[in-house]
Amino acid sequence: MDLTLDGLSVVTDGRSLLRDLSLSVPDGRCTGLVGPNGSGKSTALKCIYRALRPSSGTVRIGERELPRLGMRQSARLVAALTQDGEIDLDFTVEEVVALGRTPHGRGNRPLGAAERELCERAMERLDIAHLARRGVLTLSGGERQRVLVARALVQEPEILVLDEPTNHLDVRHQVELLSLLRGTGLTTLVVLHDLNLAAAACDRLGVLCDGRLVAAGTPRDVLTPELLYDVFGVRATVVSHPLTGDPQVLYSLTPAPPAPPGTAPESAPGTAPDPSPDPSPRPSDPVPNGSDTSCTSTGC
Amino acid sequence: MKGSPVASETPETPVTSASGDEGTAGGAGRDAQRPAPRRGLTLVCLALAALLLVSVVVAIGLGPSVIAPAGTARYLWAALSGGEIRASEATTYQVVWEIRAPRVLLAALVGAGLSTMGVAIQAMVRNALADPYVLGVSSGASVGAVGVTVTGGLAGFGIHATSAGAFLGALAASALVYAAAAARTALSPLRLILTGVAMALGFQAVMSVIVYLIPGSEATSTVLYWTMGSFGAASWAALPVVAVAVLLGIAVLSRHSRALDVMALGDETAASLGVSPDRYRRGLLVLISLVTGAMVAVSGAISFVGLVMPHLVRMVVGAVHARVLAVAPLAGAVFMVWVDLVARTLVAPRELPLGVITALVGVPVFVTLMRRRAYMFGGR
Repeated sequence: MDLTLDGLSVVTDGRSLLRDLSLSVPDGRCTGLVGPNGSGKSTALKCIYRALRPSSGTVRIGERELPRLGMRQSARLVAALTQDGEIDLDFTVEEVVALGRTPHGRGNRPLGAAERELCERAMERLDIAHLARRGVLTLSGGERQRVLVARALVQEPEILVLDEPTNHLDVRHQVELLSLLRGTGLTTLVVLHDLNLAAAACDRLGVLCDGRLVAAGTPRDVLTPELLYDVFGVRATVVSHPLTGDPQVLYSLTPAPPAPPGTAPESAPGTAPDPSPDPSPRPSDPVPNGSDTSCTSTGC
Repeated sequence: MKGSPVASETPETPVTSASGDEGTAGGAGRDAQRPAPRRGLTLVCLALAALLLVSVVVAIGLGPSVIAPAGTARYLWAALSGGEIRASEATTYQVVWEIRAPRVLLAALVGAGLSTMGVAIQAMVRNALADPYVLGVSSGASVGAVGVTVTGGLAGFGIHATSAGAFLGALAASALVYAAAAARTALSPLRLILTGVAMALGFQAVMSVIVYLIPGSEATSTVLYWTMGSFGAASWAALPVVAVAVLLGIAVLSRHSRALDVMALGDETAASLGVSPDRYRRGLLVLISLVTGAMVAVSGAISFVGLVMPHLVRMVVGAVHARVLAVAPLAGAVFMVWVDLVARTLVAPRELPLGVITALVGVPVFVTLMRRRAYMFGGR
């Protein structure tokens, strides 16, 4: 089922968190949302899983408008992995996973045999079956994250929305999780910080900056050195993955790429290059300095 | 009091304890003490129900004049079935039926209500340290009661004027806390707690002023009564209101136990699972205020039960609210019946305030359990 964001804006306390965001997430595909901190990615997702009501604009699932659906109805269509992964009580792993069935049951009806099996399968898929009776509060961050993903899967949604699902995961589980997400065949919208993982996992990427969508398209179209500089304030090289051909971003830590001619760093003419260059950027440096990393710069 | 229907809906899980033991033997030492869920629940509930029945009969029998349990049971049966009592037994019967029975039943009801409302408030404000009085209910009730005592208002309620004043004071306090904590957006749990604490301090100040300005009056003893708690004023007339409030409250909460589970996953996750945390929080606030207000009005503020009983129950049956809400009322009732018994017999003919005993008994038990079990609340 398609997911469409149509002119979403969110204003809280006079601050504009999201400005006129329109994005369509095609059926069965994985779409990534990237952008610097505070660019409105999580805010956009909250509007989709109904933790936040947009000030204007709407979210459509297929032909249905989200605000017209009841909370439970929309929870049967959209499952979310949120950022507030704090759990208050020491439920066991299987209990938390079973809570994913909440929107499907009425009141306190206990889970049926089919639902219990669904939960067990999800736990096996996420490699947490052996933890079933452990208390969630005793788990590591990565284990807990996988429990929450399993919970979202047993919700049997049409659309999966994930806010930085690879947080706390080691590299193996990051790769496994994203492979698994691709394998579900669900319409997926995922916020990722790791651009390389995003390029590998997503069919399309949307780039948010200061609450606005500044680019959208395939990872190859979107992830260009120019955009990375404009939006994230970093100079980076984009290469093709030798096996998959996905664009991959390489960063250089010192902000001193080969400067274009004519904008060389100030140095007294005729003197030899400084043997121990000052690491702190000078005001006239053409490269971005600390204050430039926010996307409020000229870029967008 | 049968707890919730959940108790009887226990699904058959024949391998429950076996697989649980395997899992923990595999090296997950930290949860070695986790109870096997579900299967034990019916058993725990039945045992507690039986214990409650026995406790009630024993407690009714004990006091200045000791009556054997069999005798107590006979008197109670006579009262319920309209049987005959010999003239020589009339006094004892009066003591059993008119004085002790309502008092013990009230203790059971309030114990059940407090521990259940404790579960509810901890889920509502997402805080382990919350008890049903955190919304200022108890201090509001004290001010209401003292106000009525001093001014002689609400005379239309007759001998229940003080209780009515306490109830109105409790509701007024909740309403004030709600109004102060509510913002344009959602009802924030932390703001609720902070507002409640601030309001409670304010009410206590008001109370102190009243007591200070009108020394030696009835106000001082009224204040003591309401801040420490007692079932001394129990009567059959006072029971129905509390019974209805407590039993309805427990029933409503049990019906929504899964929503309480979901709320413990965080507000955003709750929304994504189709549970509006804000709507539930408002509903819970009303429910908790009404039930706690009704209890405070007849028994005063009995500290500690609403805070600790939920934790004790969770240690035994796990965190899922369907189970907690089945066990908490029974456990709270049993506990309170014995506390009240100790309160009125230990230094007879004087009575100890209930709050003193709940704290003296509960604190060591709680600390011991905390240290022994791998019990966690919010990872803290």
